[in-house]
Amino acid sequence: MLRKIRIAVAWVVFAAALLLVLDLTGALHGWLGWVARVQLVPAILAGNLIALVVVGVLTLLFGRVYCSVLCPLGIAQDGISWLSGRRKGKKARFSYTKPMSWLRYGLLTIFVVALVVGIGAVVSLLDPWGIFGRTASNLLAPLWGWGNNALAWVAERADSYAFHSREVWVRSWIVLSVTAATFALIAVLAWRRGRTWCTKVCPVGTLLGLLSLAAPFRIRFDKSACTHCGVCEKKCKSGCIDSKTQTIDRTRCVVCFDCLDSCNFGAIKYGACGSKRGGSAKEAPDGGAPERTSDKKGVSRRNFLAIAGAIAVANTVKAQQLKVDGGLAEIEDKKRPVRKNPITPPGSKDARNMKQHCVACQLCVTACPNGVLVSSSRLATLMQPEMTFERGYCRPECVECSEVCPAGAIERISPADKSAISVGNANYIADNCVVGRDNLPCTACERHCPTKAITLVPRDPADPKSLKIPAIDNTLCIGCGACEYHCPARPFAAIYVEGNVTHHSL
Amino acid sequence: MSMKTNDISRRDFLKAAGAGTIVTAAAFAGCKPRNAVSAEGGELGEIPTDQMTMRTNPHTGDVVSLLGYGCMRWPLRKNAEGQDEIDQEKVNELTDYAIAHGVNYFDTAPVYIRGWSETATGIALKRHPRDKFFVATKASGGPHTLENGIAMYRRSLAALQVDYLDYYLLHNVGSSIESFRARFIDNGLLDFFIAERKAGRIRNLGWSFHGEKEVFDYVLAYNDIQWDFCQIQLNYQDWQYPIGAAIEAKYLYDELVKKNVPVVIMEPLLGGRLARVPAQALAMMNGMHPGDTAAKWAFRYAGTPEKVLTVLSGMVYMEHLQENLRTFAPLTPMNDQEYAVLDDVSDILAGAEYIQCTTCEYCMPCPYGLDIPQTFAHYNKCVSAGQVMESSDDENYKQARRAFLVGYDRSVPRLRQAARCTECKQCRPKCPQNIDIPAEMRRVDAYAEKLRRKLEF
Repeated sequence: MLRKIRIAVAWVVFAAALLLVLDLTGALHGWLGWVARVQLVPAILAGNLIALVVVGVLTLLFGRVYCSVLCPLGIAQDGISWLSGRRKGKKARFSYTKPMSWLRYGLLTIFVVALVVGIGAVVSLLDPWGIFGRTASNLLAPLWGWGNNALAWVAERADSYAFHSREVWVRSWIVLSVTAATFALIAVLAWRRGRTWCTKVCPVGTLLGLLSLAAPFRIRFDKSACTHCGVCEKKCKSGCIDSKTQTIDRTRCVVCFDCLDSCNFGAIKYGACGSKRGGSAKEAPDGGAPERTSDKKGVSRRNFLAIAGAIAVANTVKAQQLKVDGGLAEIEDKKRPVRKNPITPPGSKDARNMKQHCVACQLCVTACPNGVLVSSSRLATLMQPEMTFERGYCRPECVECSEVCPAGAIERISPADKSAISVGNANYIADNCVVGRDNLPCTACERHCPTKAITLVPRDPADPKSLKIPAIDNTLCIGCGACEYHCPARPFAAIYVEGNVTHHSL
Repeated sequence: MSMKTNDISRRDFLKAAGAGTIVTAAAFAGCKPRNAVSAEGGELGEIPTDQMTMRTNPHTGDVVSLLGYGCMRWPLRKNAEGQDEIDQEKVNELTDYAIAHGVNYFDTAPVYIRGWSETATGIALKRHPRDKFFVATKASGGPHTLENGIAMYRRSLAALQVDYLDYYLLHNVGSSIESFRARFIDNGLLDFFIAERKAGRIRNLGWSFHGEKEVFDYVLAYNDIQWDFCQIQLNYQDWQYPIGAAIEAKYLYDELVKKNVPVVIMEPLLGGRLARVPAQALAMMNGMHPGDTAAKWAFRYAGTPEKVLTVLSGMVYMEHLQENLRTFAPLTPMNDQEYAVLDDVSDILAGAEYIQCTTCEYCMPCPYGLDIPQTFAHYNKCVSAGQVMESSDDENYKQARRAFLVGYDRSVPRLRQAARCTECKQCRPKCPQNIDIPAEMRRVDAYAEKLRRKLEF
C-alpha cells in the first residue's frame, strides 16, 4: 500500500516537473511552479524558507522520501531501473553495496564549498534539479517541439489556429553535450544498479541521508521473523539492505517501500520507533567512482549557427535579379556579437546574483518565448542563462523567465518593473550600418525602441538633409535588444547591446 | 507561394458562401458526360466548349474571347533543390483546357513571375496552331536605350516562340509624362514599335495604364496615334469611387470609347479582394443569386460593357479556370437591379480597412527580404474575415487575436514580416496602385504589435 502511494505521488510530481519544463504556452508555469520551488538546492539558493522547512521536516520524520517522490531525477532513475528489470525479466536483481562514504562525503563537501564560494559550474553539474532541467530541456523539449510542430502542420491544413509552430534549435552545444553525457552516465547506472547515483554521488541525497538518521519513521528488521532469505536485499535498488547482518543503511535508504512488499515473512516493517542503530558505515577501499566529463574547451559559437543556418536555409530563396517582379531576396543569418559582459535577464539584479543562485536547470531558457535566453559558454557562468538577440528581443510584455526561476537567480518582476530595469546598453557600429553601406535611409532601430532612447540625427551634421543615423541616450536604454534584433545589417547588427554588470533602474 | 495563398483565400470565401462543394463538383464536371449534382442539390452543368462570349476588335477584326488568360500567376512547384520553378505540366494542362473551352487571349510580360512567364506561356502555346490564340506581351521597365528596348522585344518573340505578336503593350504607363517620354519617346522606342506594327510583326499596339489622369489623356492623344487597344483596371470598386490613388474606371472607359479604342480589363477582382468580400456584402449578393460567387459578380461586372475586348484573369488552378469558364460561357450581362446591389457592396468595401494591394509583386524583391504582398494579403484576408478588430473590447478579441498572429507567422516567415521594414522606400515608386508601402507596413506592424502586447485599444 505504502509503495503504491509512493509510486502514485512520484508519477504526479514527475509529470508536473516535465510539463513545467516542456510547456510551450507559459500557461502552466503558474500552476506547476511549486515543483521547481520545492527542490532543495534551488530552495536554499532562493532562501525559500517554506520549502526548506517542508523538506527538512519531511526528512527528519520519514527519511529520504524526498528522493523517492519529489526529486524528478530520482523518479526518472526508478523508471529506468524498472524498465531494465522488466527487460531482464528479473525484478530482484540488486545486492548490498558498500557505502563508498569517502566519495559521497567528499562530493558533498566540494558541493557545499562551491555553493558558498559561488562556483556555479560545480553546483549546476551536481545539483539533481539542474541535471533534470537540462535533460528535459535539451533532450526532451526538442521532441516535444517537433510534436507540437507536427500538430501545427495538421492544424494549418485543417484551418485551425489551435497550434502554433515553434522553431526548434540548439541553444548551446556545450550544454547539450554536457547534458547528454551526464544523462547517459546516470541512465547507465540506473539501468544496471538502480539508485547508484543517488546513494554514491548526489550531494543532495547525501545531505538528506544525514538528516534522515534522526527520522523516527523508518524501515527496520523484525529479527525474530527474518529467515535471512535475502529477497529484500535483492529488491533494494539503493543497495542499502544487508540481509546477512539484518541492517539497513538509512543514509542511503530512499524509503521506496519495495522491500516491504517483498518480504514473505513480515520481517520488514515500517513505522515509528526509538532509534537503535545508525547507518552501518563500512569503509570501502574499492574506488573507481565515475566522474562526469565537463570538457570546457572553447567550443566555437559558430557550431550553433551552423544548425540555425541549416534550418533557415529552408526559408531562403536564391536572390533574384532585381529587374523582374516577385521573388524574395536572400536573408543572411545573424551572428552573435562578442559581448564583453553577458546580458542577464531583467530580475537577476546583477551578474553576481545570477552566478551565485543559478543551478543551470534551463527552465528559463526553455520558457523564453522570444528565443532570447541561451545557455552561457563562459567558464565562470557555464550553462547559466544569458541574453542574445539573433532570434528575438526581450519583449516588453513578457516576464516568463522571472516567473519560473525557482532559485532566486531571476527574481519575480512585473512587466511594469521590467520597463524600467536597464540590463544593458546599446552601442552603434557605424561601419555595419546600412545607411553607410547601402546609402539608403533606415529607421528600424529608432522605430522599435520601446523607451525612445534612440533618435535619428543627420549623418553629416553640416547637412540637415543627409541620411540619418541613430544617436543613443544611454540613460533611457534598457538593453532589451529591439534595436539589435530589428537591425537590417547582417551578419552583424550595426547596433548591439553590451550587458550591465549591475542592473539599474531608469 | 503567393498563388497558393490566393487559392486558399478563394476557397475560404467559397466555404463562407456555403458553396464549398461547388469547387469539387466543378472539378469533376468537366470530364463527366452527365451533369454533376452538388451535395446541396443544385445542378452544375457541363462546361460548354462553344458558348464563350466573344468580342470583335474593330481594328483587326480579331474575334477575342471575353475571358482572357492572365499569365502572371502560373502555378509553381519546388524543384529538387527546394527552389520555386514553373510547373510546366500544369501550365500546359490549363492552357489546353482553356483553349478547348474557347479562351484565345493570353497576356504575359517579360517581368512576370520573376521573368519566367513568357517562356512557360510560349511552351504551352507552341503546342497549338498559331491561328488558335492571340498572345499579348509588353515593353516593361526602363527607361531603356533603343537597343535594349529592341532586345527586350526580340527576347519576347523568342521566348514565346512566335514570329509575330498579336498584342503588344507599353507596360505600366501613367506615373508621369516625363517617365512616359523617357521610356518610349526620347529613345525612339515607340517609333520602332510603330514600324513593327506596319511590318505586321505587332498586330495591335497599345498600352497598359496605372496612374495619373493627365498622363492618360496625354498618352491617349499623343501624336494622334490610333491605338489598337488599351489595358485598364476596371471593377465595380474602381468604376466610380476608387479607393486610394486609382482614378475612376468610368472616365477611362468613356474616353477610350470616344477614341474607338477597345478596352482590355485587368484587376477585375482587385487581386482577389473582390472574390472574398466581407460576410455582410456576400449576404447581399446571395440574396439575389444564391450560390453565385463574389468572383462571378465581379467578372460579370467587368465583362458587361460592350467595348470591353477581354477580361484578364490569372487562373492558377483548374477550379479557378472552370469557375470562370462557367461565368463567361456565355456571360450574362448585368442588369440595373444587380448594379444597385454592387453599389451597396462597394460602399461596404470602401468602409473596410483594406490595403489596396493586388499582390502583383511589382514591388518585389524587397532588398531587405520582406514579403510585402503576402504581408498585405494576410492583413486583407483578416479584414475580410472580420479578424481585424477596432477595439480590444470586441467580442471575439481572443479568437481574432490568435487567428491574426498565428496566421501571420504561417503566411509570412518572421524575418520577412512588416516589423523588418527599414523604410528605405525603394518599393514606393514601383507600386502601380500607388500604395504608400512603408506606411502600410508600419500600420500592419503596429496592429500586430498591439495584439502581441495585449494592449487595450
